[in-house]
Amino acid sequence: MSQPVHFHAAADFADRSLAAVNDAGLRRNFRSAMDYLQTKRRAQFTDDGELELLRDLGQAIRRHALANLPDLLEQLEARLTANGVVVHWAETPAAANAVVLEIAARTDAKRFVKGKSMVSEEVGLNHALEAAGIEALETDMGEYIVQLAGEAPSHIIMPAIHKTRQQIGELFAARLPGVAYTENVDALISIGREVLRRKFAEADIGISGVNFAVAETGTLFLVENEGNGRMCTTVPRIHIAITGIEKVVAKLEHVAALNSLLPRSATGQAVETYQNFITGPRQADELDGPDEVHLILLDNGRSQAYADLQLRATLQCIRCGACMNHCPVYARIGGHAYGTTYPGPIGAIISPHLLGLDAAYPLVFASTLCHACVEVCPVRIPITDILIRLRNEAQARPGSADATLRGSGAGRKTLVSTIWRAWSLVYSRLRLYRLTSWFMSRGRALSPIEQGAWTRSRTPLVPAPKRLRDLIKERGK
Amino acid sequence: MSARKNILGRLRRAPVGDPAPLPELAAWRASRPPIADAASALALFRANIEAAHAEVHDTTAQDWPALLARLAAAKGVHTLLFGPTSLHGAQLAASKPAGVQLVPYDRPVEKWRDQLFDEIDASITGAVSAIADTGSLILWPDANEPRLMSLVPAIHFVLLDAQRIHIDLHAAMSAEAWATRMPTNALVISGPSKTADIQQTLAYGAHGPRELIVLLRHANGGQP
Repeated sequence: MSQPVHFHAAADFADRSLAAVNDAGLRRNFRSAMDYLQTKRRAQFTDDGELELLRDLGQAIRRHALANLPDLLEQLEARLTANGVVVHWAETPAAANAVVLEIAARTDAKRFVKGKSMVSEEVGLNHALEAAGIEALETDMGEYIVQLAGEAPSHIIMPAIHKTRQQIGELFAARLPGVAYTENVDALISIGREVLRRKFAEADIGISGVNFAVAETGTLFLVENEGNGRMCTTVPRIHIAITGIEKVVAKLEHVAALNSLLPRSATGQAVETYQNFITGPRQADELDGPDEVHLILLDNGRSQAYADLQLRATLQCIRCGACMNHCPVYARIGGHAYGTTYPGPIGAIISPHLLGLDAAYPLVFASTLCHACVEVCPVRIPITDILIRLRNEAQARPGSADATLRGSGAGRKTLVSTIWRAWSLVYSRLRLYRLTSWFMSRGRALSPIEQGAWTRSRTPLVPAPKRLRDLIKERGK
Repeated sequence: MSARKNILGRLRRAPVGDPAPLPELAAWRASRPPIADAASALALFRANIEAAHAEVHDTTAQDWPALLARLAAAKGVHTLLFGPTSLHGAQLAASKPAGVQLVPYDRPVEKWRDQLFDEIDASITGAVSAIADTGSLILWPDANEPRLMSLVPAIHFVLLDAQRIHIDLHAAMSAEAWATRMPTNALVISGPSKTADIQQTLAYGAHGPRELIVLLRHANGGQP
């Protein structure tokens, strides 16, 4: 079962989005899914006062965690270690994968089951395991479906959102021995349940993500609806959790507050079926649970976002996906067009740190800046301000004070920057501005008909026959 | 250890932003006062967990084993997993329910994993308490009632004392002082296992129990 390796977004984002918007089936699937998720979320937040109060609180909790991040990480590590959990630090995806492979080699583990984890997608863990001859089976129904299809998730919460039940029925019939075509959802889920049940019982290692890590108690908090996450964290002898360094919160009670936002923002459910608090491996008198619990704390560019006070807000994210569910661009091109692990508005602002702005800059332009994402974000990340900042970074002159990130300036085009430089020169000098605007309005007939991307779907820009100052002068007469 | 040093070093070198004090939860808590009377709290819990596809049955401290036996028989349960060392487990065993074979969880899972996965129809566990707001059960699995009891069997019966209802998770955590005594695993369960991963169509019984059945134990033999 192979999955595409991370492809970098810059190269062919435009081509992929063009293909996506012309795929009527895909458009239909996403449209109905986004309408469904938006309606469900709205039904959860009928009281604006409550919603705004919770958003203020969610933002305050995440900002507090980030303001104290190094201390909280050390506290988390100390508590977890005291609880018997082994903590690993990884700067890069390769380092994170190496930790997992080391544990597998030490314990001679060959069979992995995986609960839903976007960070494991981010580091390409399945590939690293496959390369080492280890089967890594996705067990979330949606993840299982996309893995069976040899695809990547197209949404961070609902990975198979781009597929219809008919497509899934065909996929199961084609790929699972002895399974006949059905498009009955209950039957399809039962098939998945039976196939995966055996795998849980036989697995050596379970992999999971983490929704929040609590520094105060050394607790890993995980939410899910299916029970596969609990299977992965409870049945195998070893549980390895992997998460970004930003997922820590100070207090256990902060989890209660954040989780009154997370499921309601994400899928419009009041609560997930399972909230799983893991505070240690199996104790001597217990009869089940993993003997070993590991936590991998991954940086992978997050400390770059952290180093900048404006971009730090990116790390407030609790990965609910509400921003993509409400994004007019995401709704039309879907998750795969972005080409990154995290798509949509949050993907556009986090990916430049994970992959470098040179690889991800087209994504920061894939927004109308309509503000829908900002309005629904449960922790009030100023996504559009950050997008504008990243656009400036992408076009900054390398080496200048405006180029502060890995890959800054990669989106700079000589023609565009020359035009803006000339504009800045003219606009800041009154006499030159009057002279230039006089020439432009007189010479308007010479305006080019082809104006690049602008004229692809719009009429050409032509200077007005009379300048504003001329019009005002005439009115004054 | 160098990855640790490098990461923490980068974070410590980063500029210090506006002060971010420990978040004040008071305004949020003030908006969520405890429900005044126990009957309303119970009614809200019941409405919410039933909406999440769980069954709720009223019973008493004496009658629940008989009710459990009746429900189990009606659902075709032959093997019922229980914790023999818990109080209610001992009560159940002593009641000798007819028509259902009681299977004790009395050895490490490694010794009988296949049997647990393949031969157990249902399980019965206790709940610490419950949450009205979201219709949730709080379970703290332990040596008496291990973690997999509430996950692997297709039907999960839960015995809940009707007076132990909190308004929300925060209220439960505070009242029960979780932060000072977290168990290795704490669970909040809000209905049978489910998924909407195929075309947003809700289906129950994804990987965990297909049915969640609450036996609501009322004090003094009282009914709601």
